[in-house]
Amino acid sequence: MEAFTTHTGIGVPLRRSNVDTDQIIPAVYLKRVTRTGFEDGLFAAWRKDETFILNHPAYAAGSVLVAGADFGTGSSREHAVWALMNYGFRVVLSSRFADIFRGNSGKQGLLTAQVAQDDIELIWKYLENEPGSSVTVDLVSRTVTAGDIVAPFEVDDYTRWRLLEGLDDISLTLRHEQDVTDFEGRRPAYKPSTTVG
Amino acid sequence: MGVSRVRTSGDGAVSRAPESNAEEVGDVSGTLAEKVWESHVVRRAEGEPDLLYIDLHLIHEVTSPQAFDGLRLAGRKVRRPDLTLATEDHNVPTTPGPITDLVSRTQVETLRRNCEEFGVRLFPMGDAEQGIVHVVGPQRGLTQPGMTIVCGDSHTSTHGAFGALAFGIGTSEVEHVLATQTLPLKPFKTMAINVDGTLQPGVTAKDIVLAVIARIGTGGGQGYVLEYRGSAIRALSMEARMTVCNMSIEAGARAGMIAPDETTFDYLRGREHAPEGEQWDGAVQDWKLLRTDEDAVFDEEIHLDADTLTPFVTWGTNPAQGLPLGDSVPDPEALGDDNEKAAARHALEYMGLTAGTPLRDIRVDTVFVGSCTNGRIEDLRAAAGVVKGRQVAQGVRMLVVPGSARVRLQAEEEGLDEIFTAAGAEWRLPGCSMCLGMNPDQLAPGERSASTSNRNFEGRQGKGGRTHLVSPLVAAATALRGTLSSPADLADEGVDADVDAGVGASKERS
Ligand code: SF4
Repeated sequence: MEAFTTHTGIGVPLRRSNVDTDQIIPAVYLKRVTRTGFEDGLFAAWRKDETFILNHPAYAAGSVLVAGADFGTGSSREHAVWALMNYGFRVVLSSRFADIFRGNSGKQGLLTAQVAQDDIELIWKYLENEPGSSVTVDLVSRTVTAGDIVAPFEVDDYTRWRLLEGLDDISLTLRHEQDVTDFEGRRPAYKPSTTVG
Repeated sequence: MGVSRVRTSGDGAVSRAPESNAEEVGDVSGTLAEKVWESHVVRRAEGEPDLLYIDLHLIHEVTSPQAFDGLRLAGRKVRRPDLTLATEDHNVPTTPGPITDLVSRTQVETLRRNCEEFGVRLFPMGDAEQGIVHVVGPQRGLTQPGMTIVCGDSHTSTHGAFGALAFGIGTSEVEHVLATQTLPLKPFKTMAINVDGTLQPGVTAKDIVLAVIARIGTGGGQGYVLEYRGSAIRALSMEARMTVCNMSIEAGARAGMIAPDETTFDYLRGREHAPEGEQWDGAVQDWKLLRTDEDAVFDEEIHLDADTLTPFVTWGTNPAQGLPLGDSVPDPEALGDDNEKAAARHALEYMGLTAGTPLRDIRVDTVFVGSCTNGRIEDLRAAAGVVKGRQVAQGVRMLVVPGSARVRLQAEEEGLDEIFTAAGAEWRLPGCSMCLGMNPDQLAPGERSASTSNRNFEGRQGKGGRTHLVSPLVAAATALRGTLSSPADLADEGVDADVDAGVGASKERS
């Protein structure tokens, strides 16, 4: 997982609340066997509408999604995070995230930054008035900067540490690889092997 | 925190034996589940979940593709291919020929490529060792007491019948185990399910577990590892014990376990992956310690009387909505709280049933004998014993799907296939089949089945399909009479069924 310290990219104002995971990526895309290539399924239903924000050329290359409250509710599919990241998003700003979505995001390296709704409104206005403008998200100082707006955001310490270090679940365990190797040395010899017998 | 690391007895003394060595199996006082847990802790740190070592990782085509893809993206390898085994089961057709469904075929082909690339042993379709992942592990002797076993499939609890701690995991955990052979795990609570007494003829392991689930509910086991105990459990064969543990997940439990005993050792001795010679003796010594200590305390305990159990069937759309076959479809208004009432009303509507109808009057279209719950040789013997020399009722389709290629071969050696086909049943190739209808074996909308599988959820066996969960004996009798029945109902008609099959402590090989 790539380490995250600070990110600057085009901000996308998504004026919707209660965006659930089925809207982020509809169930029909779940039959795939890869972890990449889900960008075509991101917000698939909405993207059929020409006026949808990502269909606006100025926002199409966005990497900071600025969404309404309660982002990521619904089924726990990890594909929702993959779809956002495959598309190119590194950060989602919202005043409230669904727990499971936030957990899945932290594990995959997508920053879910919790920003007060008043600040979300200000950033929305700024991005709508100046389409294609950049937003800077600094995980070290926990601040979002968009034009003149400087807003603090919340992220729990553990997730922040993991993102700063670029540690996914597996990397975390591999920090203790010696313990695993030591344990393997103590396993009884009679334990079965799938390749012998 | 459910896993008590070191127990304190009444007088405040730690009940760990003084000569004990923390690295060895079974030296910590506690329940069976706690002992297996303790012997697999790789790392323990304050405020963090224990990191547990995984002895066996089973893989199939549905939940593994993204895990392998994740490894590839991160440039990681499979740490222990020698503790990993893959089978093709969920999608495979049970009639000869290739997979026609594109998604299914892609999943199977992806598994093959992944196993090749990462060096994982695979039993593909057509292989003599192929079968449902939870049938293959035990029949090869890979499932042994005291092991930790995981698979991206909730019915991994099956393996607990050997005194292993076995549970289902999600795709990201599959990736974690592939890469590290470990899992960080949250502790669980323990529940004793005591089943004492003697089962009546015609009453089987399936009836025990359906009764347990009806008793504690689909959420009753949430957060628990269940340990099945008592004389009725001890009297069960290994295959019957697997049926019981298999369905633990339907009560919401993480896992189900049964302490190993002579029945377990007899089953294992001589199988491909079982230890041999001195190693066998050493293993058995360790395995004998795998039992809940007298002074250990369960977080929860329930009792069931085996003598009064009768064949059990489900009437609704979750496995807890079950009743003795002699009862009638319940009146939703007479059930528990508002939630339960609403669920029952909804279930009856979906199932097309009216309150008060005797369960025995319910007519079925299809009978399915198979799955990781009841697709083993003893199950097929039990069903064959009932249909032998008789005919499947007019208008009823009976599907018999062995759990593995080996079960199929064994059944054919015993002539069971001929008994089934002579009765008018279909004899199929091994796989998950109608248990979940991912392959062409499905119910049509509105069709009703008596099924030996484990889930009666809406649409599980096909869109709009209606499922009644039953034992193999009930399935077979139902196929003959066309309505939900037990072999005893056949006896009433002057036919005497071999109702003991599959119930006793059979030590037959599968
Ligand atoms: S038989 Fe059914 S429950 Fe068992 S592994 Fe296959 S699909 Fe899952």
